[in-house]
Amino acid sequence: MNEHEKVGPKVNRTRRTLVVATSAVGAAAGVGVAVPFVASLWPSERARAAGAPVELDPSRIAPGELAVIEWRGKPVWVLRRTKEMIESLKSVEPRLADPQSKASEQPKYAQNEYRSANPELLVLVGVCTHLGCSPQEKRAEAKAEMGADWPGGFYCPCHGSKFDFAGRVFKGSPAPINLEVPPYTLTDNKLVIGEDEKNKA
Amino acid sequence: MAIAVWKWIDTRFPTLGSEWRKHASEYYAPKNFNFWYFFGSLALLVLGIQILSGIFLTMNYKPDANLAFGSVEYIMRDVPGGWIIRYIHSTGASAFFIVVYLHMFRALLYGSHKEPRELVWIFGVLIYLTLMGEAFFGYLLPWGQMSYWGAQVIVNLFGTIPFIGPDLALWIRGDYVVSDATLNRFFALHVIALPLVLLGLVVAHLLALHDVGSNNPDGIDAKKMKASDGRYLDAIPFHPYYTVKDLVGSVVFIAIFCFVMFFVPEMGGYFLEYNNFIPADPLKTPPHIAPVWYFTPYYSILRAVPPLFHSQFPGVLAMGVAVLILFFLPWLDRAPVKSIRYRGPLYKGWLAAFVVVFLILGYLGTEPTTVWGQFGFDAFFLDTKERATWVARLCSIVYFLFFFLMPWYTVRDKVKPLPERVVWH
Repeated sequence: MNEHEKVGPKVNRTRRTLVVATSAVGAAAGVGVAVPFVASLWPSERARAAGAPVELDPSRIAPGELAVIEWRGKPVWVLRRTKEMIESLKSVEPRLADPQSKASEQPKYAQNEYRSANPELLVLVGVCTHLGCSPQEKRAEAKAEMGADWPGGFYCPCHGSKFDFAGRVFKGSPAPINLEVPPYTLTDNKLVIGEDEKNKA
Repeated sequence: MAIAVWKWIDTRFPTLGSEWRKHASEYYAPKNFNFWYFFGSLALLVLGIQILSGIFLTMNYKPDANLAFGSVEYIMRDVPGGWIIRYIHSTGASAFFIVVYLHMFRALLYGSHKEPRELVWIFGVLIYLTLMGEAFFGYLLPWGQMSYWGAQVIVNLFGTIPFIGPDLALWIRGDYVVSDATLNRFFALHVIALPLVLLGLVVAHLLALHDVGSNNPDGIDAKKMKASDGRYLDAIPFHPYYTVKDLVGSVVFIAIFCFVMFFVPEMGGYFLEYNNFIPADPLKTPPHIAPVWYFTPYYSILRAVPPLFHSQFPGVLAMGVAVLILFFLPWLDRAPVKSIRYRGPLYKGWLAAFVVVFLILGYLGTEPTTVWGQFGFDAFFLDTKERATWVARLCSIVYFLFFFLMPWYTVRDKVKPLPERVVWH
């Protein structure tokens, strides 16, 4: 074994420094190249622009009727609650996970016992807060299917979350919070979804 | 003449011959392979089937939210032979998972994940993960109701990750909801990105296997014993012995495959779900949604975990851990022997329990959470509507205990002495 092999090859310091510097610049360039590729996966300008508000005439919704309207690609429910539905809201409170809607998302004017600006008219984003399925309306009459103590509300078919007629989630459901209330403006014969005092479109 | 041609090639491209010898004609495999050893080569066969049928499907499929559903129906009705190609691909997807699950179970039986084959196992788990991605992206493409809502749920799983979740889900979808942008990128990932990754991983899986050599049903070194002339006593060349054996397996497999494809391509809603013959409707979730059967054990675990601290992330985390724990199997299993033939009652019992809960979770995942509500002895111990959820919870716990307790029960187990040579010699 000669001297050269024992201590390892003699390192040319300048050359080593240049190799390291070049590699570092190359790596930085690699990260730079990744930027447009990663960015291209974000929503396009066209998708961003498609979030305009939608409107409908709430006077055409009969008591107990549920209208579905598309807003930003999601179903928005407008339900004109009957007297029985409104009365059921009070009695179910002990069975709810967040009856005061403290952890849930809604505009200020909907953070009340009805979760709506007008007690009769419920406006909700019909997307389960668990994993995004759209729940179904299950009237109080659906007791055979939903259990004898079912007060009426919404049921998510995907993972079995249950909500009352204000979109408040029942305890023990996989959904963590109440259904979202979108920003909306309600006048006598016009309901504009996606626009209010704070959220100008 | 043929010999002259081969000589001409061999002098110019000797790699061809040397690789053939290294991986086939002089790759020595244990001579005691049994039934369970068919599934590796069958997985390779299904990969070939999927690539071939997939290429021909792309020739008529349109990755556009307005056209996708119609183009699949066009393939089914108007393209000559189109229906058969589509059923080959959809049956192949389920066949792929059946074969891969049996292949993985073989490892659990004979300890194929144990030293020195840890990397073979890890490449295998990576293949399994890629396959899950491939299946998920592919399932959106027909743009039916199940495609749409399945993708909605799975993308939202990422949305539950604390802090970065909502932005991550937005980034994956490329829109505020699952839309045309999502379909288009899933198409790109399904037909080119993931297949390339899959091929690379399969090559790595096989190269790593051929470096350390195959395990066998006795879990002992089959290449230890040599005859006086230097030949292995318990190992035989892969070609022609196992190429011929695997051909027999392939013929049987293809016969079963064809039966399914021609007579029950939907498999009663398990391979192709009925709701997926309805075009995607972003405003209406089908009354009952479930993933395709191969994801249902994990889906059951997801559903079984209740939300904590107003977040559904714990369920997602449990589901993720249930899959990712597989990576650690070679180190969780501390048994001194590999094969189940020489392991004791503890491992056998836990493995049996694992198989049972995996099947129960898989079944429950295909059904609504209220599935056992019809058995009306309400006062028994629980609300009938909750019964299936509690069974799923119990099964999920056993699933995790199988892995988490493994370092203890594999060490405490009473093992039998290993033989010098493979049993059938």
